[in-house]
Order: sequence, then structure tokens, then C-alpha cells
Amino acid sequence: MKRLAVVLALSALAAAVLAATPTPDAAHQVFEPMGPQAGHIGQLWNLFVAICAVVFGVVLAVLLVALWRAPRAPHTAPGDVSPLADPERRATRRVGLGVGAITVLLLVLVVASVFTDRAIARLSLKDAVSLEVTAHQWWWTVKYLDGEHVSDRVETANEIHVPVGRPVIVQLRSDDVIHSLWLPNLAGKRDLIPGRTAMVTFRADQPGVYRGQCAEFCGYQHALMGLLVVAETPERYQAWLQAQRQPAQPPTDAQAVRGRTVFESTACAMCHTVNGTQAQGKKAPDLTHVASRSTLAAGTLPNTREALADWIRDPQKHKPGTNMPAVPLSREDLDAVVTYLGSLR
Amino acid sequence: MRGPLGEQPDESGAHLKDGAPAGSAAALALDRTWSDPPGLLGWFCAINHKTIATRFLVTTLAFFALGGLLAAAMRLQLSRPENGLMGPDLYNQVFTMHGSTMMFLFAVPVMQAMATYFVPLMIGARSVAFPRMNAYAYYVFLAGGTMLWIAFAFNSAGDAGWFAYPPLSGPDYSPGKRIDFWAQMITYTELAALLEAVVVITTVFKLRAPGMTLGRMPLFVWAMLVTAFAVLFAMPAVMLSSTALLLDRLVGTHFYNPAEGGDAILWQHLFWFFGHPEVYLIFMPGLGFMSAIISTFTKRPVFGYTAMVLSLIATAFLSFGLWVHHMFATNLPDLGKTFFTAASMLIAIPSATQIFCWLATIGGGRLVLRTPMLYALSFFFILVIGGMTGLMLASVSLDTQVHDTYFVVAHLHYVLIGGAVFPLFGALYYWYPKFTGRVMSEKLGKASFWTMFVAFNVAFFPMHVLGLQGMPRRIYTYQSGMGWDGLNLLSSIGSYAFAFGIFLTLANAIRSRRAGEVAGPDPWGAGTLEWATDSPPAPPNFHRIPVVHGPYPLWEVPPAGAPTHVAGLSAGIREHLITTVIDAKPDHRTTFPAPTPWPFVAAICTTILFTGLVFTPWAVVWGTIPVAIALTIWFWPKRAEVRRALAVEKAS
Repeated sequence: MKRLAVVLALSALAAAVLAATPTPDAAHQVFEPMGPQAGHIGQLWNLFVAICAVVFGVVLAVLLVALWRAPRAPHTAPGDVSPLADPERRATRRVGLGVGAITVLLLVLVVASVFTDRAIARLSLKDAVSLEVTAHQWWWTVKYLDGEHVSDRVETANEIHVPVGRPVIVQLRSDDVIHSLWLPNLAGKRDLIPGRTAMVTFRADQPGVYRGQCAEFCGYQHALMGLLVVAETPERYQAWLQAQRQPAQPPTDAQAVRGRTVFESTACAMCHTVNGTQAQGKKAPDLTHVASRSTLAAGTLPNTREALADWIRDPQKHKPGTNMPAVPLSREDLDAVVTYLGSLR
Repeated sequence: MRGPLGEQPDESGAHLKDGAPAGSAAALALDRTWSDPPGLLGWFCAINHKTIATRFLVTTLAFFALGGLLAAAMRLQLSRPENGLMGPDLYNQVFTMHGSTMMFLFAVPVMQAMATYFVPLMIGARSVAFPRMNAYAYYVFLAGGTMLWIAFAFNSAGDAGWFAYPPLSGPDYSPGKRIDFWAQMITYTELAALLEAVVVITTVFKLRAPGMTLGRMPLFVWAMLVTAFAVLFAMPAVMLSSTALLLDRLVGTHFYNPAEGGDAILWQHLFWFFGHPEVYLIFMPGLGFMSAIISTFTKRPVFGYTAMVLSLIATAFLSFGLWVHHMFATNLPDLGKTFFTAASMLIAIPSATQIFCWLATIGGGRLVLRTPMLYALSFFFILVIGGMTGLMLASVSLDTQVHDTYFVVAHLHYVLIGGAVFPLFGALYYWYPKFTGRVMSEKLGKASFWTMFVAFNVAFFPMHVLGLQGMPRRIYTYQSGMGWDGLNLLSSIGSYAFAFGIFLTLANAIRSRRAGEVAGPDPWGAGTLEWATDSPPAPPNFHRIPVVHGPYPLWEVPPAGAPTHVAGLSAGIREHLITTVIDAKPDHRTTFPAPTPWPFVAAICTTILFTGLVFTPWAVVWGTIPVAIALTIWFWPKRAEVRRALAVEKAS
């Protein structure tokens, strides 16, 4: 009775905490595959879970039956060594059978696993989009390598746009320590290792926004090193790419013009690039079209005016350890910079 | 009457021979001979294996408690999103310390402490081999662990994880002394582990009681022997890699620096060549505890002795062939990775063999459902789940999804806590009488077990789901929009209940030391030799060295006319019978060294050398001098000892 009460209390507790969980903003689930790579893995997962659940159930059932049927003895009773003289044929047969069954099942799992690896490697790369993702402590550079001219190459940060239905080849590099790119809905993770290049391929079959994340511990802000994959129709993707290829629009209203001047004449320009201006720093995310992105600081903050101002005022508050320094700006200058950055669509 | 070398006739019982029962003059002389000296100085001279092993065990359990406190702090931080309790700087130190403490300062050493206490008792020996080295290894371990925690107290604990991948742990991205202390501590505590492995192997091979052939050795002793061999092969890899890391940091070598021709992946190969066997170094002693407990509490021999031994050996061999499954997300060739999938899955076969053999044992025995058995039975639930998720991690493509997520955190705690900590707790309940002479409270024991068992699953099962929902490992916080809030809270609540369950056992142990039921030599009706002697055993363990006629000496009736014990070793000096490796036939006698403070002093000198190295490479030059002096005095032959040994020889 008491045990039942404990079980009920635990279940109620579990239900309560689960009910309190809000639903996430962007999808980042292993088992909501949105493309063939994650799909293959999802199928393999189902096979593993099925076989493991059966084996676990059998082991537990055998144990419980044995516990139920075995006679009880007082704890000081001496042992009975007669099994040493007796070959125990029945038990031997059963153990042998069990080990044999396990071996066969393991073989099934190994073969299934190898075939999944093959299926993943065989994604057709015809008409693929080529990207290069470079990881930094604690953000991502994304370069689009397609296009006839070098000037067609596009650089952005912390947000990948891909066309639905077309394969994507991502070259992976690291600028400092080891990171790992993980897009749970689309593909398994792959490490970005300094001194080496790696590659991952995937295809998004459903439009949507999928969250990715650094999966290899990389220092202070490993926790807040996210990125978004925006899968959209080919037309919208092309429109986005065309927009990204343009240099920054010169600002028109007075506050934004002032913001640009402040941006170019303070520490901002030492690290950030805004194409079409004198800001050509290479240490930090390219801001040419920063206003077109939905998050700031690698998925840490929503891209709103207030969040941007707060981030510039005190980056360490949001991401302790981040390499972006707090830039001392007067209130008016800060407003102007935020307005300017907000105009970079 | 002096001998030809001036040796004195011995007054302290040299003429007495062992083989007399407890209470006789010879037994009293034996007790005196094998005792550690009294007093404060005596404390530093102690070399009796039970004294050292008890200290070792208490130390490792203290580190377990400290590591547990860190886990509690982490669960508090993660109990809700965007919690401000800890910043990343502290959190990274805390999770590094938790992992390092649990792996290097608790899981492997606690097994070695159990081995050095129980192996001699189970094989009918009076000591471990190399008792002074055993003491030295303990002090080195104590100093290494203490150093790491002192560094933590001064905000200088490693913060790159217990795996410390360069370049993050290298000089460019981890300036300061944090990683230096960490890397040095690894080299240090693994030195102790290597020495303990040598002690255990030699003890098992040469000090077994006559008649205890390899085929009659308790499965616990087999587990410890196989573990010791695996330690011998695994630890050098991590000592090499941590030394190379320290060199990168101290003197600018570039082993791991890709910009100068080094390779960041080299570390991972070396580390996991150690790191994966490490898991089995923790798991295999657990298998030994399981066999000991299951046999006693089913009142019969473990089914399939040969299969059990071969499975242990197969596990140890295979564990060295699957390190790459920690590196499936790197850019190693895909076909190569597949081989490691097969190797990793293969290890399930020996594990399954052992599990089925135990099931057959339970099915064919008479049950005693006391606390140690409950802990052993929980293995079948927890470890089997951990093993299943292990299969998922062994598959390259599945692993790329769950690798470095909370799924792995769940998996490794199911394996390590289910495969080692629950059996260890069972073992502590089972063997507590051999430490204290009393039995632990059954009521508190059962309460502790059920709390731990339920709470463990509440704490760790949700982590599987969190991992599949995209929660990566080693994050100091998470945003509230991720959908991880509820399960994290549930897991935190479970972890506190788990800690409470462990606390109940601690309270039980403290209370039962005075108030527990007096045990007598054999409170469980067990079959192996450690139960043939007093609880706790007298300093020489056995006043009469037993002669063994089967694998369960206390359950079997020796053949008519066969000897039950051997006699004739001196009671006045530390004489020990050495037997042959395979058949345990009496071979020769040897004299064991007497207590001395020099292992302690040598360990202090080693500590100065190793700690000095954190600050300057010149410590190699000046730091070795005191070590050399201490070791020289330690090994210097003592005239008085030679005289005594000669006097004993003449008297016999």
C-alpha cells in the first residue's frame, strides 16, 4: 500500500513538471526527422529500441520468475556445493541458447547500422548547395560558396538558409578549438577540428526553422552557441541569397547616418564587417545584413531593438566570457548604432 | 649465544612457529609480528594491508562524497532555465572536478582499495605483496587527490572537462595553472593505480594458500586480477597523453598543436585508449562483487565458473579495441569506424554470458533477500538498461545523433552506477562485518536501497529523453524556450533523493559501527576464505594458513586425511609462504619487510617533485634529489633485520 502511494506520488510529480514545460520555439528534436539523413537514423533507432526492449523484457521476466520460484533460505545457512559435481545440463543449454540469441540479435544490429551508414553516405548530391561553416568561440561563420564569381559568395553568421528539397554540402572548419555542428532534425553531428576539414551533407524536406547547437564542449559559452537553419521554398531561398549578395544599403535617416559614423569610428569596426563601408574587421560576425537574422549572439537573444542595445551595452551579462567587449557609448550614440544596425536588412 | 655473524638469539618468539589456533602463544606472537607499530609515528609506518586498504577506502569514499556534492550543485544550477547560481567559469570547474573526482579519485581507486583489503583474505594470505609499495601508492594517491581539491579551493581546478580535449586544454585557450594541476594530478593518481595493479597481480599469483589453484580462485579475485592487468595496459596511455599535454603547456612542445605540425586528434586516441578500458576497470570489479554476493545469497556456487572467467578476460581484451566509438563525430574514415561498431557490440556477448550465468545461479539456488542481494539484483535492471543504450552509442550513425548529449550522461551513469556503485554498495553491506566486526542494520539498509533505486531512475532516466530533445552535455545553463524545463527539474529532484539514499547508508555505517549486531567470523554462511577468519581479522589474517581443496572451502568437506592447514612459518618475523602461479603448490618462504615511515616520506618527496613541475620544469632537476634520498633509505638493507632472519633460520 505504502509502495503504491510512493509510485502514485512520483507519477503525479512527473506529470506536474511535464505539464509545466512550455513548448519550444524552434524544432531541435532527434526524432522529428525533416530530411533523409535524420530519417534513416530515426528508422535505425526504432529497430534498436524494439530489439533492446524485447531483450530487456525477457531478462527482467526471467529474473522475476527465478526470484519468485526459488526457495528461500535463512541467511546463515551454509551453501550447497552439489552443483559443482553436477553438470547442470538444463541451465547450460538455456544459457547457451540465450548467448546464441544475443549474438544473432547483435549481428542484426551491426548489419542494420552499417546499412544505415551506407544510406546516409549515398545521399544524392546533384544540384547541391555548397556551404562552409567555420566555428569560433562561440559563434558560427557561414559562407555560401556557389555562384559564378567570387563576389557572388556570401558571408553571414549563426543562420543558415537552405532551399527545401535540395541537398546541402557543408564544409566544416574551426578557427580555434574543437566544436561540433549538430542539427538534430536534419543530420547527426560532425566535429569541427582545427587543422582538419570535415564535411556533412543533409537535405531538408520540410520548410521550417530548425535549431542547431554546438555539441562539443568548447569553453565558457558552449551552452549558448546555437544557430538556426531556415529551410524555405527555392524561390524564397533565391530571393534571400540575392539580397545577401548586395552590399549594405547606405542609411537615409539622420540617426542611422550618425549610427554608421559611430560604428565606423569606434571599436565596432575593429572586429565586424559591414560590406560597402569602412568596417572590415574579421574577428566577429559579419553584420552586412544583420537585421535580416532572427537572433543575436549565436541564438542567445531575439533580434529586437532592446535586446541589441542591451547586448552592445553589456555583452558579458548575457554571455559571460564572450570575446565581445562592452563598448562605452553615450546614450545617443548607442541609439544611433542600434538604429543603423536595424536598417541593415 | 651468538651466531657466526654476531646474530642474537631472538627473544620475541622466533622459535615459535605458526599453525597453532588463536589464543596460543604462537598466535599471539604472530599478532605482534604482523601488527603496525602503535602511536603517532606508528601511524605513518603502517604497512598492514588492512590498515592501508581501510584508509584507502575511506579516502576514496570521501572523494565520492565530494564528487557527489558537486553533482548536487550542478543539478541545482540546471533545475531551472537561465539559473544564475553559477556562471560558466565556476560551472566548468565543477563539472570537470565532478568527472575527474569520480573517475580518477573514486571509481578505480575504490576498487583497488577493496582489492587490497579482500584479495589477501580470500586467497589465504597474510599480506599483499610489496606492502611498503602499497603504502607508498596510497600516499601518492592521497596527495594527488588532495592537490586537485586544494587547487579547486583556490579557483584553479581544471575547467576543460575530465576529457580535457586540446586545443581547448592547451596553452592558447586555457592560460593559467588550472589545466597544469589537472594534467599533473592524472599522471600522479595513475602512478598510484599502476603500483596497486602490480601489488594485486603479484599477490594473486604468488601468495595464494596451498591448493588454491587458478581454477579454484574466487570469481572476485579473478575480477580483480583481470582488472589489475587492464590497469597495467591502460594507465600508461593516459599518463603519456597528460604528460605530453603538460609539456605542450610548460615547455612549448607542440604535440597537440595543429599549427605547428601537431594533431588535436592525437590526444583523443591516447585518451580514449585509456578512457574506454577505464570504464571496464570500474565495471569488472563490480562483476566480482556480483559473483561474491550472488553465490552467498543463493547458497550455491556461481553457475558456469569457466564461462565467467573467460568472459572477464574477453571483456578486458575487447575493452582495448573500441576506443574510437568515442570519436564517431570526428572525420575519421567511415569504413574504419564501422569496425569499432562491431567491436563495441561484441563486448555485449561476454556481458550477456555473465548475466545469464547469474540468472541460472539464482534460478538454481535458495534465496536470501538481504540488503547486499538487493543491491546486486538492481544490477539486472540498471546495468542492462545502460548496456542497451551502450549498443545505441556503438552504432556510428545513431551515435552521431546522441553523442555529447544528455543521452550519454544518462547512459554512462546507468552503466557506472548500475554496474559499479550499486554492486559496491552491496559489497559494503556484505563485507562491513570484515571491517568492523558488526553487521549493518537491515532496516536502514533496505530503506537506503529502495530510496537509491527509485531515485536513481527518477534522476537519470529523464536525461535520455533530454538528450533526444537536443540538450547537449556540459552546458552551464539553457534557455527557457527549449522545452527542457520539466525534465530537468524532475531529474534534479531525483538526484537529491538519490543523495538522501546514499546518506542513509552512511548513517547506517556510522551507527552500526557501535550499535550493529556482532557478526562473528561468518554472519552470512558464505563459502570463501575471508569468512574463515575473525571479523575483523587479526593482524596476520590467518593464524593457520589454510590448505584449499575446492573453490568454496567453507562449504566443502575436505577429502579424508587431507591437511586443513600448513604450519611451520616463523611467528617472530614476517615470513610468508610463496606458492606456484598455476597450481599454488608451496614453493619457498620469503621474509616480508617491517613497518617503516619511508614510503610516507618518499610519497611526500614525490609530491614535491610533481607539484613543483606545475610551476617550473626545473623541478625535474632539484625535485628528484629528495625522492632519490628517500628511496635509498627505504631500500637500504638493515643489519638488524638480516640478523633476525638468520637467527630464525638457525632456530629452525
